[in-house]
Amino acid sequence: MSDVTSDTNQTQTGGSSSAAPVQSDDAILEISNISVSFDGFKALNDLSMRFIRNELRCIIGPNGAGKTTMMDCITGKTRPDEGTCIFNNSVDLSKLSEAEIALVGIGRKFQKPTVFESHTVFENLELAMKTDKRVRFSLFAVVDDVMRDRIADTLRIVNLNEHADQLAGRLSHGQKQWLEIGMLLMQDPQLLLLDEPVAGMTDDETERTGELFNSLKGKHSLVVVEHDMDFVAQLKSMVTVLDQGSMLCEGEMAAVQANPKVIEVYLGR
Amino acid sequence: MSTARTPFIVRFFSATGRTGWVALTLFALLTVVAVPVCHLMFSEGDALYISTFYVTLIGKIMCYAIVAVAMDLIWGYAGVLSLAQGLFFALGGYAFGMYLMRSIGLDGVYQSHLPDFMVFLDWKEYPWFWAFTDSFLYSIFLVIAAPGLLAFVFGFFVFRSRVKGVYFAIISQAMLYAFLLLFFMNNTGFGGNNGFTDFKRILGYDITSPEMRATLFALSSATLMFSLLLGRYLVSSKYGRILTAIRDAEMRVMFLGYNPLWYKLFVWTLAAIICGIAGALYVPQIGIINPSEMATANSIEIAIWAAIGGRGTLIGPAIGAFVVNLSKSWFTVAFPEFWLYFLGLLFVLVTLLLPQGLVGLYQQLRARSTR
Repeated sequence: MSDVTSDTNQTQTGGSSSAAPVQSDDAILEISNISVSFDGFKALNDLSMRFIRNELRCIIGPNGAGKTTMMDCITGKTRPDEGTCIFNNSVDLSKLSEAEIALVGIGRKFQKPTVFESHTVFENLELAMKTDKRVRFSLFAVVDDVMRDRIADTLRIVNLNEHADQLAGRLSHGQKQWLEIGMLLMQDPQLLLLDEPVAGMTDDETERTGELFNSLKGKHSLVVVEHDMDFVAQLKSMVTVLDQGSMLCEGEMAAVQANPKVIEVYLGR
Repeated sequence: MSTARTPFIVRFFSATGRTGWVALTLFALLTVVAVPVCHLMFSEGDALYISTFYVTLIGKIMCYAIVAVAMDLIWGYAGVLSLAQGLFFALGGYAFGMYLMRSIGLDGVYQSHLPDFMVFLDWKEYPWFWAFTDSFLYSIFLVIAAPGLLAFVFGFFVFRSRVKGVYFAIISQAMLYAFLLLFFMNNTGFGGNNGFTDFKRILGYDITSPEMRATLFALSSATLMFSLLLGRYLVSSKYGRILTAIRDAEMRVMFLGYNPLWYKLFVWTLAAIICGIAGALYVPQIGIINPSEMATANSIEIAIWAAIGGRGTLIGPAIGAFVVNLSKSWFTVAFPEFWLYFLGLLFVLVTLLLPQGLVGLYQQLRARSTR
């Protein structure tokens, strides 16, 4: 099974230090044997994957490989027919609602940038902020100086500090992508799932996004689904290739690109 | 800008801006002071006398305006189009109507301690759900609890199933229609087709006296103003921003960790309670409550007031309620057959030409003149 290979890989990268077994055990998220079918079409077929804490992982694969469906399963949007998603070695995500999954520490960026268009950039970040999300709190909540500073920091990180009071609906496509990434950062999640974060960005914006993600390594666990191979190469991370709902292979970008099976699914059709 | 240290009461009232307070003060002077004084201090023939007809008409429209503000909270801000607000309005009216019926005492046609319609049905005692309705305070509780509980239970199941948009509108109208049929039946215990009428007194005071009319008028006005202040606080709070965020991108809100169910359910239940209170103020001024208040056309008309005035502005729907109902009272006298055509035409024209309603038109004109 391919997940066995991935395990060996991790132990190898962990090096020969005595902490290696512990580190290999430190999975932020473990997907085991999940299958999803829509009207007979198997979107995910017995897929198993491990995501290591504070690591950045890229997922690539042709259209229909099941990348977005996998994210839907993790975030509760789709319930897998079989299999489990275990977060932090203890939380079974299949028993939680979308909102509860967000609260345990999983943030998600959608493929199509989704921000609150009739709110300002500042308000978008305010609503995303990690805080008590219940009605009784929101009714009386006030933005204090600490929150204001956090929002200002995030605005700088995503390069929107000059647009704080602008309506999010008036931002450019790339700026909306950044705003959504900023909203994820405000949530302060342990695991960030990013579905095609650089789609529609200019080359310059793409490069800056890559820098941002690289700077988040070690502080957050990131899973990036991308089509842009240059961007994936820039991230210098482990790459997992999905095809037809299953894992095709896993490894460093260069090794994956040289893999004949990968070349076949990308070029052979 | 308010901070965490600002007392809640200050934050509540400062949510309404300066223009809003000027308008509210003028409105209060007019409706809480001037109209009642003119109605009570002058009599028929005096230049400043305001007749019972106009006090009742404006009082009634203020009750409608309260409903329109509630409608705006759920439709304009939360994006939930309800075609059942007339039901909550009627339930509040019926709840207070039960107290009014009990207050008739032995002065009914049959001089029984039971309401006339129960004597007519040959009932010997009150059904269980009429218990304690002779208490004024309990009836106030019922005005809030009946529409509130129904809205909470209905909303819980419908929002939990993630029913939205036009499907929600249809289901809400189906519920309204079911209650209409239920209240039409004599055996339900609410007077059937005829409903409740011939009220005599509230807390021992004659219900038709000018003093009572002036009091109910001022109370309706105060409730309207309070619902505007409450609405303004809600929509400018973080809660209100989440509500509009749910309207625009519900999925995003969920993935930020908010459960839209409780956010929608709160405003939906609150709006139902506000409608119930408006109904309770309406019934003693009009002197009758019957199932026709639950007609589907009435609830659709509430949505029309909101659309004409301007959704998502709070004041707009209240203005819409005044504009539509004042023209209705003029039209139904001048051209009685054409009112519905006119209402339809008005709705079509506003939807086509003024998608933001009358308030939107005003804002556009102002923006143009300052440019």
